[in-house]
Amino acid sequence: MFPVMNHSQGTDMFQQRTSTFIPWFHRAITAGWLVVFAAFGLPVHASPQAPDVFMQQLSNELMEVVRKDPAVKAGDMQKLANLVDTRVLPNVNFQRMTASAVGPAWRQASPEQQKRLQEEFKMLLVRSYAGALSQAKDTHTILVKGFKGSTEDNEVVVRSEIRGGNEAIPLDYRLEKSADAPGGWKIYNFNILGVWLVDNYRTQFAQEINAKGVDGLIATLAERNKSNSRK
Amino acid sequence: MLRLSSILRLCLATLLLALVGCASTSGANPLDPFEATNRKIDAFNERVDQAVLKPVAKSYQDYTPNLLQSTVKNFFGNLRDMWSVVNNGLQLKPKETAETGARVVVNSIIGLYGLIDVGTPMGLQRHTADFGQTLGYWGMPSGPYVVLPLLGPSTARDTAALLLDRHGDLWGQINPVASRNQGTALRLVDKRSQFLGMDDRLTEVALDKYSFLRDAYLQKRRAEVRRGPPSDVDELEEKNNDLDNKSMSNNQ
Repeated sequence: MFPVMNHSQGTDMFQQRTSTFIPWFHRAITAGWLVVFAAFGLPVHASPQAPDVFMQQLSNELMEVVRKDPAVKAGDMQKLANLVDTRVLPNVNFQRMTASAVGPAWRQASPEQQKRLQEEFKMLLVRSYAGALSQAKDTHTILVKGFKGSTEDNEVVVRSEIRGGNEAIPLDYRLEKSADAPGGWKIYNFNILGVWLVDNYRTQFAQEINAKGVDGLIATLAERNKSNSRK
Repeated sequence: MLRLSSILRLCLATLLLALVGCASTSGANPLDPFEATNRKIDAFNERVDQAVLKPVAKSYQDYTPNLLQSTVKNFFGNLRDMWSVVNNGLQLKPKETAETGARVVVNSIIGLYGLIDVGTPMGLQRHTADFGQTLGYWGMPSGPYVVLPLLGPSTARDTAALLLDRHGDLWGQINPVASRNQGTALRLVDKRSQFLGMDDRLTEVALDKYSFLRDAYLQKRRAEVRRGPPSDVDELEEKNNDLDNKSMSNNQ
């Protein structure tokens, strides 16, 4: 009650002293609200960004970062891991990726095991991402060609190509609609040259799990990451 | 002819070895019934690579001028493009045939027998196709996975197609045989030098290099065969579901 009264009193005083100030004041507030709506309000009501538009933006943004920072391209793992954490992972459903690579054993794994699997798998993938970036040239661009499905679908496949070499390299992504992702979509699998990454890890992981169990797989992944980081 | 027959012999040897291996490893991965034999050949290839091919390719990359390297790469790339045109044609793909064909014409004439790649800056993209892919396109199944001595990952179908692939490649027509063999060796070194660094990465990211490479090769070939217009997602999707079901049933 008290602050409201105080506020209205203040407005009254304004009105009495500087009447020309009022229209300006109102307009500023209106404009302010418009900005707030534009930033938060509208996207909630409008349909989410089209998945191909989102992927083109994300690709351009990442290529730009790599182009500007030679250390990332040269394989500075610290910087690269940082880039992945801040720019890539918010747009990835990494839990789904790991679960899919682990297969049926995922459901039997404890939350702690699941957490460890995600951490180690992530480190392994950052390593392969570094490998891909080290092959990239400044002339390379990523061209998104469209997507399969409609914006109403919960899962779509976005098709793109890496251009700039003498042969286009196909690069496809599986995306799921996600309310908490910055672009409204999250990647949960990708395909380069016809090879789905998650699927390719499935046999590897199944071999380890069949031989040594989930903890065995975690240990193998950790060991591999450790020996990779020594290089 | 000497080269052709030696490859033929290698293939026959592989198939024989594979058949021998069959008895010992039945009931493993359905796509790879000859796994035990394949792993042995793979290990052999790895040793040869580490001892000979990789060091040679490394010195080629480090000690020859870049201009020479790109010229060699362009020349053999152009020969390969010619065979790709034929195969894109056999697969009834007008756009791929025309674009790769235009590329060959431009590179062979303006690019001096393919020594300079004029096509790429002009926006003429390469669409690689081989005879194994053509056979697959017309419905021939890939058959079991095989690792060829010295040549690496393949399938029964792709191995059979290899005979024609080598024949369709104009380099096979070069005489005398001595120069042809020298050229083939250079081609091999050039090819290997393009994969330097990549195999180290593979060792880093794969838990079992053999099965990682096998699964990637089979996925890639299947996509190449089933891809009508570039990267047909319907096919990819279907294939992915296949894989899903397969791996689930394997694990249960």
